[in-house]
Amino acid sequence: MELKTKAQAGSFESSDVLILVEPVEKGAGRIIELKSIVMQQFGDDLLGQIHANLDDFKIDDVRLIINDKGALPPTVSARLETALKRAAQLQSGTLK
Amino acid sequence: MKNILQREIPEELEGIGKLEAFEGAFSKLKKGWMEEKTVPPPNKAKMPHSSKICDTLRDAILKTKPRDGMTVSFHHHLRGGDNLVYEAIKILADLGIKDITLAASSLTTAHDPILPYFKDGTITQVYASGIRGELGKAIAEGVLPKPFVIHSHGGRVRSVHTGKIKIDLAILAASAADEEGNATGAHGPSAFGSMGYAAIDSWYAKQVIVVTDNIVDYPCVPQSITQNYIDYVVKVDSIGDPSKIAGGTTRITKAPMDLQIARLAAQVIEHSGELKEGFSFQVGAGGASLAVAKYIRKIMKHRSIKGSFILGGVTSYGVDMLNEGLFRSIFDVQSFDAAVSSSLLENQYHIEIPAGLYANPFNCGCMTNKLDIVVLGALEIDTNFNVNVITGSEGYVRGASGGHSDTASGANLTVVVCPSFRGRIPIVKKKVHTIVTPGESIDVLVTERGICVNPQKSELKANLESAGIKVKDIEVLAEEVEGITGKAKPIETTERVVGIVEYRDGTVIDVIHQVKE
Repeated sequence: MELKTKAQAGSFESSDVLILVEPVEKGAGRIIELKSIVMQQFGDDLLGQIHANLDDFKIDDVRLIINDKGALPPTVSARLETALKRAAQLQSGTLK
Repeated sequence: MKNILQREIPEELEGIGKLEAFEGAFSKLKKGWMEEKTVPPPNKAKMPHSSKICDTLRDAILKTKPRDGMTVSFHHHLRGGDNLVYEAIKILADLGIKDITLAASSLTTAHDPILPYFKDGTITQVYASGIRGELGKAIAEGVLPKPFVIHSHGGRVRSVHTGKIKIDLAILAASAADEEGNATGAHGPSAFGSMGYAAIDSWYAKQVIVVTDNIVDYPCVPQSITQNYIDYVVKVDSIGDPSKIAGGTTRITKAPMDLQIARLAAQVIEHSGELKEGFSFQVGAGGASLAVAKYIRKIMKHRSIKGSFILGGVTSYGVDMLNEGLFRSIFDVQSFDAAVSSSLLENQYHIEIPAGLYANPFNCGCMTNKLDIVVLGALEIDTNFNVNVITGSEGYVRGASGGHSDTASGANLTVVVCPSFRGRIPIVKKKVHTIVTPGESIDVLVTERGICVNPQKSELKANLESAGIKVKDIEVLAEEVEGITGKAKPIETTERVVGIVEYRDGTVIDVIHQVKE
C-alpha cells in the first residue's frame, strides 16, 4: 500500500483509539508514537498488533501517532486499517 | 506466612506489629467470645457551667496539647465537600507536629490537598476504610514511612475499642451543635445526614472537638453525638463546600450496560428464594448496584411484597421506598445524599445507627448479620469469587473496603454486580490484585456476559435454573473475557509492603505492595 497523504481515524473517546498516519520517505522505517491508558498491561500487545497489521498491508515506512483509550484489539485493527486506507486515498473519510 | 487465600503475609510489620493471617470469614467469630480486650475509654470531668466554646479550631487544638506521634481521627460524612480534614491537619502542621497517624473513617478525592503533609513527615501512617485520588496513588508508591491499614466500617469500630487504633484527638464535623457539644448532621445549612461513623470516635478518643458552622440553642436535637463525650466546641465559618455536602440526590445510572446488569441482578434476586415478605435489603450507591433497587422496587410492587428494613449507606432512592411503604424502616449509618437528611430528621422509622451496631463483628450481633439481600460492586473478582474493591488496574489505591466484607459476610444472599471488563481491563479474572472480601461470602456474580453462582451454593443455582435463568461457570466467563481483552500483564510491584488490608475480624486478608513508578 502506498501512503500519499496524512490521514486519521478513530476518536479520543473511552474504549476507542485515535490513529494519525503520516507518509515518510522510503527507508525511514516505522516511526510509532504509542500512548495508551493500558500501556502497562497491554503496551507490548498493542505494539505487536500494530506491526502485524502493517506487515499485512506491506507498509515499512510510516509515521503513526496512536492515542489509545483502552480500545479492544478488533477496534485497534479497524481504526488502523481505515487510517491507512485514507492515507493511501483508497477510502475517503465520512466528512466531505 | 500464607493465609487461607494463599496470600503471603509478613509475620510482623514495623509500624503495625505482629500480623494475624486471615483463616476464613467466621474462624475467629464462631467461638462467640473474643480474646482481644476492650480498652477502657478515658475518664474525664468538667466543672458545672464551664464553657467548652473555643473561638477558633486552632485554639481548640492547642487546648488538647497536640504532640508528635499522636493519632487524629475524622469521619467522612461530609463526602466530597469535606474541608475540615485539610484545615485541621494544616493547623497541626503549622504547629510543627510530626509523625501523626491519620485515622479517618475514609479518605476521598476531597482530601487530595493534604498530600503535601504525607510528604513532609507530618502524617506518617493512615488508617481508613478507603483511600482515593492523589492520596491513593501516593501511598501505593510508598510515600508514607509506615504501612497504611485498610479496614472495613465494622472493623474500624473493633480496631478502636480493642485499642489497635488509639485516638488521641477526634475532630468531628457537625451541621448543627450546641455549646455543650450535642451534635447532629440531620439539619443546618450543611446538613449531611447520619453521623454513624463518628460515634465510636466520640466514645473512645482521649479528647474530642466538635466543629460546626451552625451553633444552635441548647439543647441540639437529635443528639447524634452527646455532650458527655465532648471536650471542646468550635464555630467555624465553613466545614466545607455546602453544595457538595448538602447538595443533590443520587441518580440512578443511565448507562445501558449498568442497567442491563441491574436488570439481570433483579431477576436473580427475584428467583433466589430470598425475596420474600419481610426481607431486609442493602445496595451500594454506585453504578449498577443502586440501579438494582429500581427493578426490585418494581418487583415488590408487582408481587405485593413488603420488606422489613433497608440498611447501610442510604440514598434518597431508599427513602422513596420507605415512603411508599415498601419497607418498614431504614437504619442509616451513612447518608449518601443530602435529600436523606430531612427524612432522618422527620421520619421516626428512619433511624440513625452507629457503625458498631451496623457492622462491628466483635459484639452480640451487628445489623449486617440480619441482612437478607445485599448488592455490591467490584473493581475485580477472581474465579474463586474473591473481590477487590480497593486497588485499581494500575495498582494504586482507588476505592474503599467500606461495608463490603461486613455486609457480604452477614447477608443470606450476596450479589456482586459489575461489567465483565471495563475498557480493555478484565474485571472477571483468574487472580485479583488485592483481596478485600473473601469468595466464601459471595453467592452470585452478575455481569452483562453471564451469571455465575458460587459452587458452594448449589441450592441457589438450582433455584435460578428452575426459573429458566442461565448460569455460567466463572472459569468459562474469565476465559471468555481474556479472549476479548487479551491477557493483561500483571501490575509491577516491589517487595516492599506499603499497606495491609484487614478483614473485619482484624486478621490480614491481603497486603498491598509498592507500585513501581
